[in-house]
Amino acid sequence: MLYIFMLGYDVDFGHMEAVSLISAPKYPEKQVGYIVTSSLLNENHDFLRLAINTVRNDIIGRNETFQCLALTMVGNIGGREFAESLAPDVQKLLISSSCRPLVRKKAALCLLRLFRKNPDVVNVDGWSDRMAQLLDERDLGVLTSSMSLLVALVSNNHEAYWSCLPKCVKTLERLARNQDIPQEYTYYGIPSPWLQVKTMRALQYFPTVEDPNTRRSLFEVLQRILMGTDVVKNVNKNNASHAVLFEALALVMHLDAENEMMSQCVALLGKFIAVREPNIRYLGLENMTRMLMVTDVHDIIKRHQAQIITSLKDPDISIRRRALDLLYGMCDVSNAKDIVEELLQYLSTADFAMREELSLKAAILAEKFAPDLSWYVDVILQLIDKAGDFVSDDIWFRVVQFVTNNEDLQPYAAAKAREYLDKPAIHETMVKVSAYLLGEYSHLLARRPGCSPKEIFSAIHEKLPTVSTTTIPILLSTYAKILMHTQPPDPELQKHVWAIFSKYESCIDVEIQQRAIEYFALSSKGAALMDILAEMPKFPERQSALIKKAEVAEVDTAEQSAIKLRAQQHMTNALVVTDQHSSNGTPQSVGQLSLVKIPSTSGDEHTSADQELSQANGTLATVDPQPPSADLLGDLLGPLAIEGLPGAAVLSEPNAVSGLEGVPIPADDAAAIVPVEKDTNSVQPIGNINERFYALCLKDSGVLYEDPNIQIGIKAEWRAQHGRLVLFLGNKNTFPLLSVQALILPPVHLKIELSLVPETIPPRAQVQCPLEVMNLHPSRDVAVLDFSYKCGTSMANVKLRLPAVLNKFLQPITVSAEEFFPQWRSLSGPPLKLQEVVRGVRPLSLIDMANIFTSFQLTVCQGLDPNPNNLIASTTFYSETIRPMLCLIRIETDPTDRTQLRITVASGDPTLTFELMEFIKEQLVGIPTAPRPPAPPAAQPTNPAAPVAQPTNPAALTDPGDLLAGLL
Amino acid sequence: MIQFVLLISRQGKVRLTKWYSPYTQKERSKVIRELSGVILTRGPKLCNFVEWRGLKVVYKRYASLYFCMCIDQDDNELEVLEIIHHFVEILDRYFGSVCELDLIFNFHKAYYVLDEILIAGELQESSKKTVARLIAAQDSLVETAKEQASSISNIIAQATK
Repeated sequence: MLYIFMLGYDVDFGHMEAVSLISAPKYPEKQVGYIVTSSLLNENHDFLRLAINTVRNDIIGRNETFQCLALTMVGNIGGREFAESLAPDVQKLLISSSCRPLVRKKAALCLLRLFRKNPDVVNVDGWSDRMAQLLDERDLGVLTSSMSLLVALVSNNHEAYWSCLPKCVKTLERLARNQDIPQEYTYYGIPSPWLQVKTMRALQYFPTVEDPNTRRSLFEVLQRILMGTDVVKNVNKNNASHAVLFEALALVMHLDAENEMMSQCVALLGKFIAVREPNIRYLGLENMTRMLMVTDVHDIIKRHQAQIITSLKDPDISIRRRALDLLYGMCDVSNAKDIVEELLQYLSTADFAMREELSLKAAILAEKFAPDLSWYVDVILQLIDKAGDFVSDDIWFRVVQFVTNNEDLQPYAAAKAREYLDKPAIHETMVKVSAYLLGEYSHLLARRPGCSPKEIFSAIHEKLPTVSTTTIPILLSTYAKILMHTQPPDPELQKHVWAIFSKYESCIDVEIQQRAIEYFALSSKGAALMDILAEMPKFPERQSALIKKAEVAEVDTAEQSAIKLRAQQHMTNALVVTDQHSSNGTPQSVGQLSLVKIPSTSGDEHTSADQELSQANGTLATVDPQPPSADLLGDLLGPLAIEGLPGAAVLSEPNAVSGLEGVPIPADDAAAIVPVEKDTNSVQPIGNINERFYALCLKDSGVLYEDPNIQIGIKAEWRAQHGRLVLFLGNKNTFPLLSVQALILPPVHLKIELSLVPETIPPRAQVQCPLEVMNLHPSRDVAVLDFSYKCGTSMANVKLRLPAVLNKFLQPITVSAEEFFPQWRSLSGPPLKLQEVVRGVRPLSLIDMANIFTSFQLTVCQGLDPNPNNLIASTTFYSETIRPMLCLIRIETDPTDRTQLRITVASGDPTLTFELMEFIKEQLVGIPTAPRPPAPPAAQPTNPAAPVAQPTNPAALTDPGDLLAGLL
Repeated sequence: MIQFVLLISRQGKVRLTKWYSPYTQKERSKVIRELSGVILTRGPKLCNFVEWRGLKVVYKRYASLYFCMCIDQDDNELEVLEIIHHFVEILDRYFGSVCELDLIFNFHKAYYVLDEILIAGELQESSKKTVARLIAAQDSLVETAKEQASSISNIIAQATK
């Protein structure tokens, strides 16, 4: 019957027979009964219950052979119920002196099994002494079994078994020195390698060895093993001795031995990964990976990089996997470029089983250690090109997110995407990325050959027939965006796109159908299209979904913590730092409402002023999850997000399309956000943080923050690109503030060093914290001070913007007409000179405006412009990377309509020009400002002469949506 | 801990299975199918370890038989490899140069031997002599029982004549 079973047939009919054989009185029958039962049934089988009593009788019975049979069976298939009813009997057998070793070793393993099933069966207090006694056992068979039991017990609770530790060391010593080991227990001349391995394994479960004597003798033994192991001819001897050696390595790593021993280990491993024998190489790689987790031996391991890369090409997949893991583990900034390029190269030849893992790892490494972002984009695009099937959506979402958040990257990424589109056969994922990138940023390429909207459109459209339904919606969005960016409109292109939209209006896929209809309606609206299809706002930075995924994938906890650690480091390097929670939770419901970005905030809505402010500033996304993330979810993660809530989406549609009714969405936003804010701030601030911030942008000293417990004052000195701020932390209470923490989250362009902040602030005392700031390059991003303290039981945490803003690095300079005009003329056209018409500004008289300018360190030069309605200003900008730069600004106002003006900014650096332009716009448009776009829309900067679409209806200016359209 | 032991012939026929952690019948046959697919296709010069579903399979080929043992991720692989060899040596000693046919016709004996070496997925006895002695003792027990039985039946047969 067992044979039938082994061949894979169903033998249910015989189970009962087998179980009843167990209770037979004769040995052969009993033996067959036991063996069949233990092979056929698993521990959860009902029939086993019937057997418990018989088994118990056998165990407590006098017949040794029956005891053995019963113990074997229980040891192999015993379940919980066995554990409860048999454990005491088994324990008795194990420690009884009258039993022969053969019974006792079975009892030990049987107990181990029962212990695994139910840890309560072993009473910790009583057992630790007995366990220690067991380790004194002379019979190596029993000792081996007991050691297995000990490993399990210790892994569960090491504290109770301290007394066993010296004994383990002694046993190990005895084995390693081959002292009185019976001949039959040596294996190819090695004294029981299994027992050695088990003993060392047990030792690894103790956190450390404290007793100096024991420690010394343990190290002696380990040293002996490390040095005494040679590669020999006999395979089995070799294996056995290396089994011991590797376990010894693991133990050394665990004990975190002195450096000398550690480097000895690394040297050994280095030798191993170069040998021909595959088993040893495999283990060498594996242990090296483990070693990375434990100590700081990166540099030594890096020497073996070439060897490891060779292993990546090994014919054996197990070895390749290990090599990949090791490469992944050892990668850091210094060797990332080499390793990732190696991985990419390997990707095209790798077999399918590994590609997904490989591409995921390459993507993570590229992201974590990218020396510059364009390289990252290159890598990922190559990755998609080479292994499109294995690149999960997360990877390309991440690229898009990066590109959106980094303006410098956008033209480059778009150009790359365009290149890839020219390839004859490209993967669908590549179509998605390219379409998305080109939709967003193709206008940045407008001047390059082959990049006119029409050409881009046809390149993308070529791919349409080959893609699946999930990609079509992305393509449709791209068409709509291309259409929007085409200024002046190209009627032919428009006709073409409309034809496509109307074709898909009857598509069976709901998502495609809906997009087609909406885009069609939107694009016939003309001007309204502009604001709805404006570029995506910056995504709030969050923990990479890839890294999260990797974390889930990694089973090894040590590895996991290492990744987390790296992830945290990565977070601090990130451009924009955010709360990790911001990506999930509440905003999604909002996101589902907005298929494309619906500007939901306006300048005059003071009710939600706070939220808008933080929205206006990418860095402040820390404070609360904001609609930008919702947009991300709505548009990126879920091309199909709508499916979840079709009803709601359709309902919100009229708003999006007409843009004329009152916009209900801000209400939604507020509702979604308010509770989140309450969570973070339990202490109410005194005064408006934002007002204080803006005041400090103009002054050099003042109060940055105040609440009932603390007042944070600031005093600053600025000299060229350097700044010195002093934070005054004043405790207003009569009791100390505890766990004070101040953390600076600097944007990339600022280098900020904060001196140590004391943990506690004594009552009624003021603490000063100096802060050094250095400006690297122009940017409007703001540094954030993450400040928290504990007052009584409540914890307060605020995120404050530091007034280290663009204008602090400006120094007024007066230029004469002779200097001004040649300079002005030499800087011609974008990107050095930008011109923009701004509407909806705060009505200001020319004198007020001049005052504002002066407060921003811009010198207003009187009498340079012949037109009295115009204003000329000049300043110098200081930063670390570029030389002091002269900036010239010209504002042309319209005396009949004070809400609109034309700004021209010129400087010798494109980024500076752009940043300054945006900065001035922000200041003039009024505080609080609306969310700013990551880059100016196409029409104005590239083609300053082109007239901008006029708002047709002056009344529309009161409508937030149109107001924003005007701003953009 | 060893999760299970599998003996598979080169044709993919299962010669012996032993499960130390609970798998249902369905899972068992699935595991066997998967693993024989993985292991039988591996070339001769590769290493003896395969990663599989978060576990590791240590295997070794002896003539036409593959001995596979599945272990936890952090177990010592070489140790298990030597357990396999240990097992094979004991079988060898017991059957006298063991071959696949021995295992086919005397599979129950193979089970007895395995039970003497492994219990609960851990090594029980590392001495070949001890194992051989125990198995011999068991055999003699069976033999005497058989003799008794046949003598009894002889007596009965004679009596009823």
